[in-house]
Amino acid sequence: MARPAASPVRVPVLGVSHRHDPALWWTLGGLALMLAGVLLGLLVGTTDWATSWQWLCQPGDPQAQLVLWEIRLPRTLGAWCTGALLALAGTIAQGLFRNPLADPYLLGSASGAAFGVAVVLVGAETSIAALAWSGRIGLTGAAFAGACGAIALTLVLARGALQTSTLLLSGVVVAFVLSALTSLLLLVSADAWRTMQAFLLGNTGLLGWPTTGLLALVLGGCLLPALWLARGLDALTLGEDTARSLGLSLNGMRLVFLGLLSLATGAAVAQVGVVGFVGLAAPHLVRQTAAMDHRRLMWCATLCGGALLQVADLLSRWLVRPAELPVGVLTACLGGSYLLVLMWRRREVG
Amino acid sequence: MMLTETRPPEALAAHGLQVHFGARPVLCGVSLAFEPACWTAVVGANGAGKTTLLRTLAGLQQPSAGEVLLQGRPLGQWPRQQRARRLAWLAQGAPITDNLTVAESVALGRFPYTGWWGREQPADREAMARALAATGAQDWGARRMRSLSGGERQRVLLARALAVQAEVLLLDEPTTFLDPPHQQDVARLLRQLGRGQGVTVVSVIHDLSLALVADRLAVLGPQGELIGHGTPRQALQGDWLTRAFGTPIDVIEHGQQPLWRPDLTPPPDTWS
Repeated sequence: MARPAASPVRVPVLGVSHRHDPALWWTLGGLALMLAGVLLGLLVGTTDWATSWQWLCQPGDPQAQLVLWEIRLPRTLGAWCTGALLALAGTIAQGLFRNPLADPYLLGSASGAAFGVAVVLVGAETSIAALAWSGRIGLTGAAFAGACGAIALTLVLARGALQTSTLLLSGVVVAFVLSALTSLLLLVSADAWRTMQAFLLGNTGLLGWPTTGLLALVLGGCLLPALWLARGLDALTLGEDTARSLGLSLNGMRLVFLGLLSLATGAAVAQVGVVGFVGLAAPHLVRQTAAMDHRRLMWCATLCGGALLQVADLLSRWLVRPAELPVGVLTACLGGSYLLVLMWRRREVG
Repeated sequence: MMLTETRPPEALAAHGLQVHFGARPVLCGVSLAFEPACWTAVVGANGAGKTTLLRTLAGLQQPSAGEVLLQGRPLGQWPRQQRARRLAWLAQGAPITDNLTVAESVALGRFPYTGWWGREQPADREAMARALAATGAQDWGARRMRSLSGGERQRVLLARALAVQAEVLLLDEPTTFLDPPHQQDVARLLRQLGRGQGVTVVSVIHDLSLALVADRLAVLGPQGELIGHGTPRQALQGDWLTRAFGTPIDVIEHGQQPLWRPDLTPPPDTWS
């Protein structure tokens, strides 16, 4: 080690040049994948390729207009936005809890959403008034309220966001209790149980322009503040004491990130149901390629998550057509396999 | 009428600090003042409250009684950012910054200046380059933190603390994981920061021989009380170290430098 020089020192290139920045390649690749996914999303469906292609070439056809532009396009874009939201939430969760196994549902949001849906489904069968009330709030509203309510309950039980371990433990408790209550409710009604299964396995089939627009709005609303505050997650990697010594208000920062996490997860789960592994796998996939600070990681993981769910949505439409597979099954298979490969590779490396 | 500057003589001072963990007292009425341009080594037995003292001085631990003054002003009255620019902290055994590069980790030291967005000015880049050069890590900028050895990582984390360019540096075991030549380099750097650049350095150091080269020693007793704060010579003359560790500490003179010599004679009531 040399003494600190009193004279001006040569300032070396400390980072990487823009040309070699992996975030640039992820951005280009992610956008290219999204465009390719949109094109394929227009072509893949219950009709064969030739018919779909013909429709694409004849935009004036009313049937083509309906199928391609009112059903397939919003669904494909909506799936992308949902994947992006889950990946963003996963990156926030992993950074906030400094745990690479953290996923967006860590604070009980998935169980809360399922509970909300179960309450509405079972409640609708009990009386006319309850049915009318359920119609007003809808499954989407119930899922969103349930997800946000579960996270709020976790925060209350943990007495704020100051203690990471308490917060995680509270999230686990809330998830278990709400899952048990959901199962109890579903014992009452077989019909509700079947609808619930579709929700729990994830379904992109009902995404239309209004929901896709809403998802895009939420994505923009979560991504921008998350990118702005991302450096706080970098500071947190040095330890809580060091982060505080750098002038960060940890409690405030955590509450903002938890708000963004709740909004992103709640919106995604409300529209598509419980889709697993995207939020966990996307940040890992990006991390495997290069070292990145949280701002670039968030951006790249968001693009990656969007592409992952878009691909899963395409496969769910294509593999057993004209029927469809639940998209959550595919993300679980793809994401789970990827994490297993990652684990084996690490074991081989030592 | 003549105006006189009323800047306090001490950069950092503690008055009657008491810290309890539950019912257990960890610090008992510790009062001491750290002068500017001086390197103080905090020594004491395991569990004597050295890290707690440093955390309390940094404002990371709330005392149950007493207060800490930074440049004469209570720590809590400083705006967060202003305090972060004046007082830098290096944690004991800081965690692995998994996915960051060395340059990104050191750049975090400039957070009090660059804020959330982190736009770096030439002054920030120069501060980072100086800090990396001071710890011999200037060629590692693009390396991932997790690819570094324990000692290399410690040097980068020290560079992160130096990059703040604070007037007060609080370092909890800065020589952990370092080999002897690099321990020597850190000791040389801390002395130079104090005497050469006017920085107030307070560091917890376990290696007594290394602690004895500091400008001053703050010796904590086993009950979290301050046994003494003075030059190493005063500490040896007052037998502060023996009182702190509860066992005779044998110090020999090598030139002008006192050195700790471990006593390897087995006590009479042990095996063999």
